[in-house]
Amino acid sequence: MSGIPKEKDRAEPLVLQGNEACAIGALRAGCRFFAGYPITPSTEVIEYLAKKMPLVGGVFIQMEDEIGSACAIIGARWGGCRAMTATSGPGFSLMQEAIGFAAVTETPIVIVDVQRGGPSTGQPTMSAQQDVYQARYGSHGDYEIIALAPSSVQEMYDFTIRAFGLSERYRTPVIILSDEIVGHMRENVSVTQHTDEGDPPDRGDIGFCSPIADFFTGRNSLVEGQLHNASGERIGHLPNESGRFIAALNDKIRVHADEIADVEAHYMEDANIAFIAYGSVARSAMTAVQLARGVYNAKKRQGFSVSGIFRKGLSFALHDDYRKLKVGLIKVNTLWPFPENALRKLTRHTRLVVVPEMNVGRYVREIERVLPGVQVLSYPKCGGEIHTPQELLDQALSAIGAEGMMEDLSSDE
Amino acid sequence: MNELYASYVRKGMLPTLFCPGCGNGIVLNAAIGAIDRLGIRKDTACVSGIGCSSWIPCYLDMDVVHGIHGRALPIAQGLKLAAPERHVLVFTGDGDCLAIGGNHLIHAANRNIDLTVLMVNNYIYGMTGGQKSPATPKNMVTKTSPYGTTDISVDGCRLAIVMGASYVARWTTAHPLELEKSIARGIRHKGFSFIEILAQCPVQVGREVFGTKDAGEIMSSYKERARSGEIEIGVFKDLSDIPEYTERAPRSEEEAR
Repeated sequence: MSGIPKEKDRAEPLVLQGNEACAIGALRAGCRFFAGYPITPSTEVIEYLAKKMPLVGGVFIQMEDEIGSACAIIGARWGGCRAMTATSGPGFSLMQEAIGFAAVTETPIVIVDVQRGGPSTGQPTMSAQQDVYQARYGSHGDYEIIALAPSSVQEMYDFTIRAFGLSERYRTPVIILSDEIVGHMRENVSVTQHTDEGDPPDRGDIGFCSPIADFFTGRNSLVEGQLHNASGERIGHLPNESGRFIAALNDKIRVHADEIADVEAHYMEDANIAFIAYGSVARSAMTAVQLARGVYNAKKRQGFSVSGIFRKGLSFALHDDYRKLKVGLIKVNTLWPFPENALRKLTRHTRLVVVPEMNVGRYVREIERVLPGVQVLSYPKCGGEIHTPQELLDQALSAIGAEGMMEDLSSDE
Repeated sequence: MNELYASYVRKGMLPTLFCPGCGNGIVLNAAIGAIDRLGIRKDTACVSGIGCSSWIPCYLDMDVVHGIHGRALPIAQGLKLAAPERHVLVFTGDGDCLAIGGNHLIHAANRNIDLTVLMVNNYIYGMTGGQKSPATPKNMVTKTSPYGTTDISVDGCRLAIVMGASYVARWTTAHPLELEKSIARGIRHKGFSFIEILAQCPVQVGREVFGTKDAGEIMSSYKERARSGEIEIGVFKDLSDIPEYTERAPRSEEEAR
C-alpha cells in the first residue's frame, strides 16, 4: 500500500499537536500553496502554515470564505502547485460544489476536515464523526472520493503525506477526515527528513484521461466542469458519451479500491467478536481490546499522553467476563472508497461486530451492507464525548448476551 | 475566417454557442487582439465562471479554466499566486460577478491582485433564459421580474473602484478598438484591472431593454448613448503606484523576516 514513509527514514520523535503534524506533513509532501479560512477546531493548521509557508517559498492566503479557499487551491494546482485547505463541518459544507468540480475536472487537491459536532453551528469545540457521508456524497452528482481517517498525531502526519500521493496518482480530491480529538491531541511523532510519496504515479492503467497537464507547459488545457472529452470539449448533451464518462470517472477509483484500502487488524487471529472503528474512537477501541486481552501496558499507554477521558476508562476493575472476550479490532484508515474486500476477509471467522461511532450510526450501514453473515451492532454516541474503553467492553459483553453467544465466553482456544 | 482569429481558436469547437448578434464575439476578438498585440499568448491563462460570456475563453486554444458559477475570481487568484510571473485573464458576466461572485469581487479588488477581469454586462442572465441580474435596469420586465425589477442596478465599476481596483474602465461592444487597447492596458497594468463591457443580448434582452432585437440597432444605441453621456464609458481609474498583492506577500525566508 503506497504512500507511508518508511521506518528507516524516520528521525527522532517530536511532540506535536495533531493539526500541526498535518501541516508539517503537507509541507513534507511538497505542498506549497495553502488557502484557508479560520474555523474551530482546524485553525491551528491554517495558523501554522501562515507562518511556515513563506519560509519555504510557498504561498499562504486567507481567503474571504471557504468557497474561495477551495476554489483557490484548484486554481493553484493547475498553476503547478500542490495545494491544500483545512476546515471543519460548516466550512466543509461550503466547499462541496468545489469538491465536485475538482472531482469532475480530476484536479488533485487535499482537504482536511477536522470534524466537530453538527448539524450547522452544532458544537464548535466538541469532537464528532458526523461528516462521514458528507465526505462521500457531499457534492451533487455521481463521483468517487478518497477519504482517510487518522486516529493519532503520527497518522495526521503520515496520512497527509499519503493523501497528496493519492490525489496525484488518481487525479482526485482527497479528504483527510480528522476530528477535534485527533486534531488537538499532543503525541510523539516521528517525522521523516525528506518527502516520501510512495510509488511514483503510474497512470498506465488508471482513468481515462491523460496525466494532469499543468498550465504554462504548452498543453493548452481546457479545464471544464461540464462532462467533457479528453480535449476538455463538452459532451454533456451526448447521452452515450456522458454515460461512459460517469462510468469511467467512478471506476477510476472504485476499481482500485483494494490498492487504496488501508485497514489494520489487531488481535483478530482468534477473535469471534470485533470492533470496527476509525478516527479517535479507534484509540479507545484499541485500549478496550488490549485490556480484555490482558496486554494493556499502563506505562507505555499506546505511546500517547493519557487524557482524562481515557483515565476514567482505565480505572475500572476488569470484570472476569471481559477477560474471556476474544475481541479484536479492525481499524479502518481509508473510509472511502469503502474497503469491502478487506473487511470481508478480516471478518470471515467473526460472529459479532460492534461499530462505535461519534454519530448516529453512519459507517455501520456500509458494514451491514457487505457483511450479511455477521451480526453487526451499531454503537452510536453523540454529544461530544468519546466512547470509553469500559463502555466499549460493556457493549461487547451485552451484545454477546443479546446474541446468545454467552457460551463463546467460556470456550477455550 | 480572419487569420488572427483562426490562429487562436479551437477550430473543432466551432461554431460558437453564441446567438446570432451576440456581443460576446466582439469581446473574444478584442481579447485575441490584445493578447496578440502584447505577444503573451504562451504566458497567459484564462479563467471564467458560468454564463454566456464565460464561454468566451473556452474557444481559445490556450490554458483555460471554465470554472463554477461566481467563482472565477478565487480560482484565478490561486492560479496567479501559484504562477505569479504569468498573466491571468478573467471572463465573467454581470450575474456571475455581481451576484453570486460579488464577495469575491470585493476581496480580489481589495487585494489589488494582478488579474485582468473582463465583466461582460448584458443586463441579464442570458444562458438560463432571461432572468434578472443585479445589473438589470430598474422597472425592467424579465422572467423573474414579471412586474418590473424593483432593485436599483448595481454598478460594477463603482464597486471595483471603491474596493481598491487600480485600473477600471467601461466600454461597449460598439467600441471594439478602444476595448482591445484597454484590455492590453489592463493586462500590462500590474494590479487589479476591471473592465466592464456593455454587450447586447438580442435574444433574451433586446426587446425589453433596447426596444429592438436587432444587434446592429442595439450597438448603435450604445454608441449614441455613450456619445451623449447617458452611458459613462472610458477609463475611470488608472493608478500605478498602489502596491500589488503578490509584491506585498513574502515568498521566501528572507522576505518574511
